Amino acid sequence: MSKFNKKKSGELPPVSTASLPDIVFMLLFFFMTVTVMKDSTLNVENNLPNADQIKKLEKKDRVIYIYAGKPTREYQKQFGTETKIQLNDKFANATDVGDYILEERGKKAQELQNVLTTSLKIDKNSNMGIVQDIKLELRKVNALKVNYTTYEGNAFLNLQ
Amino acid sequence: MARRGGAPEVNAGSMADIAFLLLIFFLVTTTIETDAGLDRMLPPIEPPDSDVVIKEKNIFMVNVNKEGKIFADDQIVSIEDLRERAIAFLDNGGDGTCNYCKGAKNTASSDNPTKAIISLKNDRETKYGVYITVQNEIVGAYNELRNREAQRLYKQDFTDLEAAYLNPETDESLKDELKEKVKTIQDLFPQKFSEAETSKN
Repeated sequence: MSKFNKKKSGELPPVSTASLPDIVFMLLFFFMTVTVMKDSTLNVENNLPNADQIKKLEKKDRVIYIYAGKPTREYQKQFGTETKIQLNDKFANATDVGDYILEERGKKAQELQNVLTTSLKIDKNSNMGIVQDIKLELRKVNALKVNYTTYEGNAFLNLQ
Repeated sequence: MARRGGAPEVNAGSMADIAFLLLIFFLVTTTIETDAGLDRMLPPIEPPDSDVVIKEKNIFMVNVNKEGKIFADDQIVSIEDLRERAIAFLDNGGDGTCNYCKGAKNTASSDNPTKAIISLKNDRETKYGVYITVQNEIVGAYNELRNREAQRLYKQDFTDLEAAYLNPETDESLKDELKEKVKTIQDLFPQKFSEAETSKN
């Protein structure tokens, strides 16, 4: 018995924290590399609808985004509460969509220009009129591949 | 000149604190997400050839009005029943040429899945959320039928096959095989789904 007691005589040795910075740095680098900074600030409300038959939008370099929704509160004085389209950081009309698509398409590499997808991020309370206008403009510039971007969830929740 | 014993060591004890601070910043700002949604192809602006005659029984008209009511072939249907109705229409196989269909073989409904067209119309004042729900249900109908066929032929869901095919991490050699499978199933139930112009009433 005394054999065992001998070892337990002292207090617990403190855990060495010397490697703590290394662990933290490892985590830090992980998060630094996976972080994607938001590229444009939203000036419109963007409550996307839910859907469950969705496909992922792989390859971010092949996607052009179009936002639409009510202007957020700070812009409501200036632009009213009607649904507006946002391209990059600016409000725009439906007629500007075509030019915007052509401009964005011109910025992409040659081999990607034919495989671009347009991601429509539209607030679920918008009217279809504005969506229809956007779709017509997209068809005019032959940007036919669209993705109605949604959240993953029960689609029936949209009806409430 | 007296030489000192090297530069004094910098205390690195607070390094962990600084690293923690940065870590917490990135933790909070990170959103690890890929966007997802319903993929659709818009129709080209000029109709390819306008003199193609389509029999009326091969078209399933879905109309969403501004109150969000859904009319399928001029009857009001609830959104919960829409997927079932679409499946019944697509899977009907009215002229008996479709040997994989399990539908009612009703002669007043679609002839063959390859001929069946779903047409979706909406009002300008329809809410976008309702429209997406309807789109979702119709895509769901196609997916259910395609899954059934993929299970029969390959013992696998079509949606899984397609996801594996589209995943950039999948092996090239596997991709060719997947491509063929995906194509076969898509030909059995092609998505003929027209998004016509908004009605102006």
